[in-house]
Amino acid sequence: MEATKSHDNFGKVLTRTITRNPIVFLLLIAAIVVGCIVENFFSWGNLSNLMSNTAVRFLIALGVSGCLITKGTDLSAGRQVGFAAVVAGILCQRRDYNGRLWKFMPEMNIGLVFVIVVLIGMIWGLINGLVVSKLHVPPFIATLGTQTIIYGISLVISDAQPIGGFQKIYTTLINGRIGDVKGFYLPYLMFVALLFGVVFWFIYNKMRFGKYMYAIGGNDIAAEVSGVNTTRTLMRIYITAGIMYAVAGYLLAAKSGGASASMGQGYELEAIAGCTIGGVSTTGGIGTVPGILVGVLVFELLKIILQFLGVNPYYNYVVQGLVIVLAVAMDIRKYIAKK
Amino acid sequence: MAKVLLEMRNITKTFPGVKALDNVNFQVEEGEIHALVGENGAGKSTLMNVLSGIYPHGTYEGDIIYDGEVCQFHNIKDSEKLGIVIIHQELALVPEMTIGENMYLGNERGHKFAIDWNTTYAEADKYLKMVGLSESSKVQVKTIGTGKQQLVEIAKALAKQARLLILDEPTSSLNEEDSRALLDLMLEFKKQGMTMIIISHKLNEVAYVADKITVVRDGATIETIDNRGTEAVSEERIIKGMVGREMTNRFPKREGVTIGDIQMEIDHWTVHHPLYPERKVVDDVSMYVRKGEVVGIYGLMGAGRTELAMSIFGQSYGTNFSGELKIDGKQIHMKKSESDAIRHKIAYVTEDRKGNGLVLSQSIKVNTSLAHLDAISKHTVIDGDKEYAVAEEYRDKLRIKTPSVEQLVGNLSGGNQQKVLLAKWMFAEPDIMLLDEPTRGIDVGAKYEIYCIINDLAAAGKSVVMISSELPEVLGMSDRIYIMNEGKMVGEMKAEDATQENIMALILQSGRGA
Repeated sequence: MEATKSHDNFGKVLTRTITRNPIVFLLLIAAIVVGCIVENFFSWGNLSNLMSNTAVRFLIALGVSGCLITKGTDLSAGRQVGFAAVVAGILCQRRDYNGRLWKFMPEMNIGLVFVIVVLIGMIWGLINGLVVSKLHVPPFIATLGTQTIIYGISLVISDAQPIGGFQKIYTTLINGRIGDVKGFYLPYLMFVALLFGVVFWFIYNKMRFGKYMYAIGGNDIAAEVSGVNTTRTLMRIYITAGIMYAVAGYLLAAKSGGASASMGQGYELEAIAGCTIGGVSTTGGIGTVPGILVGVLVFELLKIILQFLGVNPYYNYVVQGLVIVLAVAMDIRKYIAKK
Repeated sequence: MAKVLLEMRNITKTFPGVKALDNVNFQVEEGEIHALVGENGAGKSTLMNVLSGIYPHGTYEGDIIYDGEVCQFHNIKDSEKLGIVIIHQELALVPEMTIGENMYLGNERGHKFAIDWNTTYAEADKYLKMVGLSESSKVQVKTIGTGKQQLVEIAKALAKQARLLILDEPTSSLNEEDSRALLDLMLEFKKQGMTMIIISHKLNEVAYVADKITVVRDGATIETIDNRGTEAVSEERIIKGMVGREMTNRFPKREGVTIGDIQMEIDHWTVHHPLYPERKVVDDVSMYVRKGEVVGIYGLMGAGRTELAMSIFGQSYGTNFSGELKIDGKQIHMKKSESDAIRHKIAYVTEDRKGNGLVLSQSIKVNTSLAHLDAISKHTVIDGDKEYAVAEEYRDKLRIKTPSVEQLVGNLSGGNQQKVLLAKWMFAEPDIMLLDEPTRGIDVGAKYEIYCIINDLAAAGKSVVMISSELPEVLGMSDRIYIMNEGKMVGEMKAEDATQENIMALILQSGRGA
């Protein structure tokens, strides 16, 4: 059926794309309008800034997308990011730093720290996956519970203190960039995000694991009777998510030059919003990696727009919340209409 | 005698408190079509689940001997490896995925990490051709009809190199035309040497396609009837085995019913599709029903029967309504609301009892009074005693088999669920009852009881409109029959003038005209 539409003219295709992704287009229009009114909005520096902000958010959104596609969710995403940031921060502190938390530790190789952080992320994911797939706790409740646990542990190990004094190589490497012409540069973070984007695209489109994920989201009984091991697939999805949050946390600590237990708070909602705006359906079984990228980009764009308009930053929460509810409402409408 | 491909010996399977299978013996010869029939809950599906490894080895007693060897299956994959493939009653396809993706779900082509999509689609197309589908395997499953989806299921089984194909109620969601095509496809596969087991409630289909018929009752195999003779086994013969007694008349006689004045009439009734308003789903339909009359509406799937009934019931389906609706001779301007329809004494008993008919997670008691809570409550507070009494009353009246009205509806058999659904709407005290497929997916015994209830309704002076896809049922139960096709009313007949042949002829003629 889709194939027959290919001869439609460009105008039709454009209208259809717009009506299917209204929020994306509304925000793009808003960006253009704001760009025309406010100075410096269309600047190279702003573009580079957008790219590096989007990069980390995109990694988190990729992580949570698997949970969403299987009709689940992961509310522990933000806290997992915070936890990873805290652990990475503590392990990457300079030896000669006065406020060093674990003074008994030798200075660690930042590559080793990365591995440790990722392993811990896998453990959090494993716990979420076990609770969801073996104990059959609804993902919403399961991850609502684990996020509190994770936050608690973050507070304990960080002593509820901000952590700073990182090894120089950690911050400079991750904040590295290519070129710097008129304020325009390509952040390393962007390449990391693109790399993971390609990997996820491959997983979602070419690998069994990906197809099983879509099948479970589309019709879990069908998946089960087709011989798909749904328990194992769900476990893998939450573990993969844990890995992504860990990577994001590791990068985020270095990007900000400091870490604390409250880092990453609310990122789960941003990630879910990005996914939903980008066409991941909360009713399950639908979603693409390029869509997620667009969704996250647009959501970051929204934040920059508000910032440039000089809106009181506290209003950001209000606007972001509205956009999230709106995005989900519009997504659900597509399915109500079909009834 | 042909070689025995499968033998299930002394199979006993116990669930907590229930012996679902009791020393069952079952034999299938290579190259035959073997039908399993029996009432709901008789143990047919349990037996097949044991065979396919859904209930793994060790959870049952007895032996499975397949192709001369004793087998111990621990999951579906084990049995599929030997070519035992089961096609489940509920379509097990993912609507958002393509046909090819669905066919190779859990059975992917390519190496360990990457799926080879070119091979997948090429092979999928090959198998689709074998089942007579011309669709490309790159098309999403949700874009093709249920009849074709069932064929995709079969293609999926073929792709798993099936040697013994088990079809559980393969035609339950298909119309007669698609059903016939499917059965003919089975016969074609038989010629090519495939062995098949078919589970079905539709005895005419069983008689048509099966070489042998094994009857299961109360967890035991009762008998195996040979159907290879020149004359097909009669349905009565099979039913006798299923219910354990002779059933001389499948449709109870309606006696002492006087048909009164016209109760409800619709005139030039037209309804448009809610999503594609340019499409008419009900096209200029006029019909009426008298008090105490049972009117059958027959048509193939997609003829617009359900849409017609739902549009009468408070315009709960469609847009751009036109035409007149008269009740007791007076024209009614009904609002777009179900509760308005209930106020006008119309009830619509849905075909989808699990989906939008009953609250499965609630008790019989709660479901019975749900559509008419006003009658048992005072100042919006529900009178618990009355609620209970009402449920008890209908349990007796409709002979709902349950230890208690506190039982959750989800735990009841299909036939009993249907009775609860009927109880719910009867309690709403309608004058006009629109019954949509009232006996779908329930067994012969329960069907008979539902027919008796319909007769009681008519005797009480209610107007009954019965929509059905089963021609014998329409012929056996109706006073008058309307025939629909592609949204239009294409014929009206008195029951005594109607035959299967002239009804099908009407549909075919109108199809050609359109």
